[in-house]
Amino acid sequence: MELSGAQILLECLKREGVEVLFGFPGGAVIDIYNELPNSSLKHVLVRHEQGAIHAADGFARASGKVGCCLVTSGPGATNTVTGIATAYMDSIPVVILTGQVPTPLIGNDAFQEVDIVGITRPCTKHNYLVKDVRELAHVIRQAFYLARSGRPGPVLVDLPKDVMQVKTKFIWPEDVKMRSYNPNVKPHAGQIKKVAQLIRDAERPIIYAGGGVITSQGHEALTWLAQKLHIPVTATLMGLGCFPGNDKLWLGMLGMHGTYAANMAINNADLVLAVGARFDDRVTGKVSTFAPKATLVHIDIDPTSIQKNVSVHVPLVADCRLALEALKDELAPSLTEYDFEGGHLPWVSKVLAWAKEHPLTYHPSETTIKPQSVVEKLYELTNGDAVICTEVGQNQMWAAQFYRFKEPNCFLSSGGLGTMGYGFPAAIGAQFARPDKMVIDIAGDGSIQMNIQEMATSVCNNLGVKIVILNNGYLGMVRQWQELFYKKNYCETCMDAQPDFVKLAEAYGATGFRITDPADLERVLKQALDTPGTVIVDVRVEREENVYPMVPAGASLTDMLLV
Amino acid sequence: MRHILTVTVENEPGVLSRVAGLFSGRGFNIESLNVGPTLDPGVSVMTITTEGDEQIIEQIVKQLRKLITVIKVVDLTDLKSVLREMVLLKVNANDANRAEILRTVDIFRCKVVDVSIDELTIEATGNYEKISAIVGLLTRFGVKEISRSGMVAMKRSIQN
Repeated sequence: MELSGAQILLECLKREGVEVLFGFPGGAVIDIYNELPNSSLKHVLVRHEQGAIHAADGFARASGKVGCCLVTSGPGATNTVTGIATAYMDSIPVVILTGQVPTPLIGNDAFQEVDIVGITRPCTKHNYLVKDVRELAHVIRQAFYLARSGRPGPVLVDLPKDVMQVKTKFIWPEDVKMRSYNPNVKPHAGQIKKVAQLIRDAERPIIYAGGGVITSQGHEALTWLAQKLHIPVTATLMGLGCFPGNDKLWLGMLGMHGTYAANMAINNADLVLAVGARFDDRVTGKVSTFAPKATLVHIDIDPTSIQKNVSVHVPLVADCRLALEALKDELAPSLTEYDFEGGHLPWVSKVLAWAKEHPLTYHPSETTIKPQSVVEKLYELTNGDAVICTEVGQNQMWAAQFYRFKEPNCFLSSGGLGTMGYGFPAAIGAQFARPDKMVIDIAGDGSIQMNIQEMATSVCNNLGVKIVILNNGYLGMVRQWQELFYKKNYCETCMDAQPDFVKLAEAYGATGFRITDPADLERVLKQALDTPGTVIVDVRVEREENVYPMVPAGASLTDMLLV
Repeated sequence: MRHILTVTVENEPGVLSRVAGLFSGRGFNIESLNVGPTLDPGVSVMTITTEGDEQIIEQIVKQLRKLITVIKVVDLTDLKSVLREMVLLKVNANDANRAEILRTVDIFRCKVVDVSIDELTIEATGNYEKISAIVGLLTRFGVKEISRSGMVAMKRSIQN
């Protein structure tokens, strides 16, 4: 039977397991939308294409599946670029479908034409322009395969209008074969033995886990290694949730806003196991002084991550879960021969002493609400079971520091790119992925306004997303830098004119709360979380609270500014 | 240090800009880049001359391999290989210096491929050093135009 390009596309999406398509129609994609009612796909109409890509990204992070969005040509496509770059930096599997002008018009500066394949080349894992409907099924199949395999990432498929209209015989390609793409997932046996021996011999080991542990679902093997071998664990922002946040071996995040214990431990360790992390500058601080006493082992699926920022002693290119499981198999028999607990006891005690000496903390107040206390209260009220999304800045760091994540896929934050306006649309996507979970966007008053239009999307889909705005009337993180490093020159960081967030919630048909008194915090937060539907909580917090600890950019990890 | 990479790629639109974009986006340096078809119409080979320390070159090779349309990358630097470049030079020639130019052409086994009253167009082939030497020698007569192909390279069959 012959199908049109649009029909083939939707059939392929179904077969690839797409459940929800976040999108926004336009001239170049009308043919696809025209077929949509005949498909079982659920389509979520966003209010801005950036919302569609972030929602697809949030869906992917919360579910571990590939997120998918559909937008029109020209401005529809360019509006997704920030979201594509966000997903690219954090290795999130997303397939972006963009409309394109009909093939005979490509290159003619036609109405709503843009070279989106050219624009997104450096921020996608790969991208395609489909010029022939007979290639369509293959391309979609490859796009999903590329997005989810190896080091995942966004893949864009540009779909000219005429290709969606013409008919051809639909053949579903059962296999995907690409001679130029064969990611190495299996760990090298010799390297595993080498790493295992390093672990046996280490006196002061530490695990430094990144987003790769979550992507590969390596958290169970990692937890086994840490708990059985008594190795303290720290993680990057992207790695939060890969190890239980209430375990005594959990040190918290490392790096610029990492804990004292995590940064001191890295500095004093004799073995650092970097797993699915990429030695980002926000993590390492001054590279030359990072983990100076340690043998560095780096496990990552992407060979380019290895030796990029830091020279490591033992590289291991593999899927993180497979590598961690291989280490587990290799080390399990050693549990009877070696006394890991006793052997690591002096080290673990030292690390715990650092944690006790300078825990994550703040100065409580009875008159103003401390933003950290809001996150602590959310943690208590949700029993640590919520999916937490964040915007970018102070709200993000406080959420990362004070919400102790129990499991993976529950902390959604723009790590690499640092995209303000990410959290709320991502929360919408996450709520579709996890209808059973409480989804909370911990926001700032600045960043929430970057994609506030998605209130309409959340309300009309009856989503129970809760937005908790840590409202300090500033672009807080920039203000913090201005305070600390620019002589308090608060240039353009004061958000004087603000909407009334309670009325704004109501205007969209949602519910709004405002909290100004610390005495009301717990009660009103609980009330807000118990309120069905979309809710905004405007929490007026201490205006000039800073995120601590802080390692100034370019300084060594041990040069921390503490509370 | 200069490295010569041969990069086997899928012959499809955009592959050149993926490679070129990778170099510009990550601040790597391209000294020369040459692309041509192979006997397989689906495959092209690029020869890229680039410069950087060991760590940079390692990144360049890995990043190239990461591109989905790249099939194979070989760094020829430490291998025995044949390296060739071709250059066309349009040189000022008058009665006084024509003989001298032709002698130079002869010494380097170049060819004169076009002649006019006051110009000679010379074709030269060789490795990087030879081409640089020829260009250097002919510059003093006044080079009006120059067109270099960039390096093409091939690993030698016998490596020892």
